[in-house]
Amino acid sequence: MPEQHYLREQTCIVGIGETAYTRGTPKSALELALEAAMSAIEDAGIAPEAIDAVILPGGAGSGGTAGDFCANLGLQDLHYTTSLQEMGGAMCVSAVESAAVALASGIAHYALIPMCSRFYSGRKARQVTSDPGTGLQSAETIRDYYAPFGVAAPPQHYAWMAQRHMQLYGTTHEQLGAVVVAMRKHAQLHPNALMKRAPITLEDYLSSRWVSYPYRLLDCCLETDGAAALLMTTAERAKDLRSKPVYVMGVTSGHPFPPHDIPNRPDILKIGLDFCAPRAYAMAGVTPSDIDFAEIYDCFTGQAILQIEAAGFCKKGEGGPFVENGRIELGGALPINTHGGLLSQAHNTGMNHLVEAVVQLRHDAGARQVQDAELGVVTGWGGHGHGSIAIVRR
Amino acid sequence: MKTESKTQTVRLPILHGYTKEFYDWCRQQELRFQRCQKCGAWRHPPRPMCHSCHSLQWEWAPTKGKGKVYCWTTVHQALDPAFAEAVPYAAVVVELDEGPRLATWVTGILPDDLQIGMPVELWFDDVSDEVTLPKFKRVG
Repeated sequence: MPEQHYLREQTCIVGIGETAYTRGTPKSALELALEAAMSAIEDAGIAPEAIDAVILPGGAGSGGTAGDFCANLGLQDLHYTTSLQEMGGAMCVSAVESAAVALASGIAHYALIPMCSRFYSGRKARQVTSDPGTGLQSAETIRDYYAPFGVAAPPQHYAWMAQRHMQLYGTTHEQLGAVVVAMRKHAQLHPNALMKRAPITLEDYLSSRWVSYPYRLLDCCLETDGAAALLMTTAERAKDLRSKPVYVMGVTSGHPFPPHDIPNRPDILKIGLDFCAPRAYAMAGVTPSDIDFAEIYDCFTGQAILQIEAAGFCKKGEGGPFVENGRIELGGALPINTHGGLLSQAHNTGMNHLVEAVVQLRHDAGARQVQDAELGVVTGWGGHGHGSIAIVRR
Repeated sequence: MKTESKTQTVRLPILHGYTKEFYDWCRQQELRFQRCQKCGAWRHPPRPMCHSCHSLQWEWAPTKGKGKVYCWTTVHQALDPAFAEAVPYAAVVVELDEGPRLATWVTGILPDDLQIGMPVELWFDDVSDEVTLPKFKRVG
């Protein structure tokens, strides 16, 4: 009999909230984050004062500090808070892991996870090199060892991985394009997707300008403004709430080695998700073939392919052929990023992927609903290849 | 051997701690990396402890400056304005024969002519009074 992991089915996502995703906003990050937080709280049907854990994926970069959320939401007795800033884009799924640990252990009862990203109006990722020092080792590696050679931002150092994947495995430009074509197709079905009225074809993709070979403009995620939030509690408490709970079956985080530098990894295609995905499936007691849909952190098309492999949906090197022929589109064998993802819905550091997984598992996704969706996967990627994965069921 | 810098493009590292020591060696025309004095493992970027045997004893060990191309990206849109005049350029990961890899440029070759495994050798580009960057060129 397989071992029952202590986190399996112990916690639930019971509330989701999301602001409009835009390019440009008059609102502050804290205003956006609070707006999303109140939507999640109302969706769960709890009193705001019941919240006793605030998990901040990006620390103050999530929209505010724990103190800001306490002061604005009237939280008088916060038990637990933490930040996953170093995880980069893996931070939101890792925040679910932290919330699950805090809730399952009894440290806290209701956890709020807010996330605001102002990638359009705020500081852009590409500006990392001009920072005197962020305190993050991954940023200092860029500043001191990549930037002098013109490698300033993710589309450049992540392109190293995509280029090597193409060289080693024969992955094609058309296969990279199939990823964004699928995401864009899905975005047409989402009222809150930035690209909902901008469909593209593979030809459009292939004629878009180069950013950093093998990445073209359309291989790169959007820069948008907006916020989302999750409300989590224990499975036991979820029974008393009005919303349909989504159960966390398995949730883990992982790190490439060494974490802060891409070139010196023995294999630069071995990513954080390679380490943590097997643990998540073991925790959940399911296999990749059981999964009905996946929300993959698609910062760039090549990174999505690496994660599709690491999440166990195909073998290493076979991610290119896997994404072809509509397999990852709605109606295909494994619909991926049913909301349009970072490539076509919005870039909210992957919190939008978690929200979409909940919407799918509640069967509330309307025209983009995956039929009979019971079990979904959400991944995160960031900070040079840290990874995280949540396996969730209705 | 010196080869002309392709451009006047400069984005300097912040010279501090181990990073200052790394680039100071480059100014002296030597590409050195940290090497554990206990088990001999190389490491880069610099840090205090050997990840293999956990020794804090290490030295700046010289390399012979020979290596091969591991992977690259050809930058067409300069996300850093300092490189606006340099595009298109290839930012290459080179693996030294001794083992460490680093981000660098391979000069004197078109990006399209790069190949994984291509042998390259080191040259030093004095990009400012304080900073010398290790760059490579094709062997032969």
